[in-house]
Amino acid sequence: MINLNVNQKAYQVDADPNMPLLWVIRDIIGLTGTKYGCGVAQCGACTVHLNGEAVRSCVTRVSRAEGQKVVTIEGLSANNSHPAQVAWNEENVPQCGYCHSGQIMSAAVLLRENPDPSDEDIDAAMAGNICRCGTYLRIRKAIHLAAGLQRKENAS
Amino acid sequence: MKQQSNSHKYSGTIRAFTVVGVLLSVICIMAFGIDAGKHTAAPLNLTVKKDSVASVKAFKQVYTVLMSARCMNCHPSGNIPLQGDDSHLHVMSPRRGVDGKGVYAMKCANCHQATNTPGLHTPPGNPNWHLPPASMKMVFQGKTPRQLAQQLVNPKQNGNKDLKKLIEHADDGLVLAGWNPGEGRTLPPISHAAFKKAWITWLTTGAYAPKDK
Repeated sequence: MINLNVNQKAYQVDADPNMPLLWVIRDIIGLTGTKYGCGVAQCGACTVHLNGEAVRSCVTRVSRAEGQKVVTIEGLSANNSHPAQVAWNEENVPQCGYCHSGQIMSAAVLLRENPDPSDEDIDAAMAGNICRCGTYLRIRKAIHLAAGLQRKENAS
Repeated sequence: MKQQSNSHKYSGTIRAFTVVGVLLSVICIMAFGIDAGKHTAAPLNLTVKKDSVASVKAFKQVYTVLMSARCMNCHPSGNIPLQGDDSHLHVMSPRRGVDGKGVYAMKCANCHQATNTPGLHTPPGNPNWHLPPASMKMVFQGKTPRQLAQQLVNPKQNGNKDLKKLIEHADDGLVLAGWNPGEGRTLPPISHAAFKKAWITWLTTGAYAPKDK
């Protein structure tokens, strides 16, 4: 059995230690917000937080996450209130939406480490999250908005 | 009585010499002991016997390895690592960052695991995957043999390594990873054993930099 902490909840899963974390999250735990895109860490659709870092869960063996803190899109905030989630909604960022849980998880790491990112910072941080619908300009706009919301939140 | 006092005087002097002599001997033995200990503890041959011909010949082999994709891809001239046997820019343009471990949501270890991921075109792995830090980029790409040789022995450009550390670096985990690159990637042109032999030969024959042609 492998002990996991996903979205602040403890799980014991009976899985091969080499199974990708993504399969454990989706198929065993049943949290399907995290998506499968390429399976080889090329697209970013499967991004989750492992101890706060934006890891690609399709190539991360579940053994790496044992005893560590995993956060998926479902656990990013209690009621979709993370500044990135609010901004994504405000700017109507998604088109088909498939890549956006990964996009938001990456944006959340950027916003934590850089509260006022420039366009260049955003490009550097988000370059590993691909969107076939080409929503990049709205993603960039939403991250600027989220940074503003976060600063307001922190000031109040 | 006079004779007695004289012999007393001499025996005092002899005693003083004896004490000083014994003390000096102890110091000498200790010094040699420590020195000898150092030498026997060191597993590496740090004796430099200058031989410019052998040195330059050995560096030719070293250079072919360091300029192969497996070594050069993580010693790029820019801030984006290289990828593949043709050393193209790493797709998705991950950045070096201050510590060489990436930036924000694009840190090396977000995709590169502790071991190679199985399958073609999957991320190779190492527990300490990184580029040289921004403060000392240790660029290989584009360097001539002379430039690279000079850089490798300059502590201000080689990660503050002296001769001993340079020799030890041949067995560094990331250096060894070059010979375990994951599926579909070409190995460096010679074996690790041959590389290590050439590396040590180059360093211990004076680390001569070949002349630019």
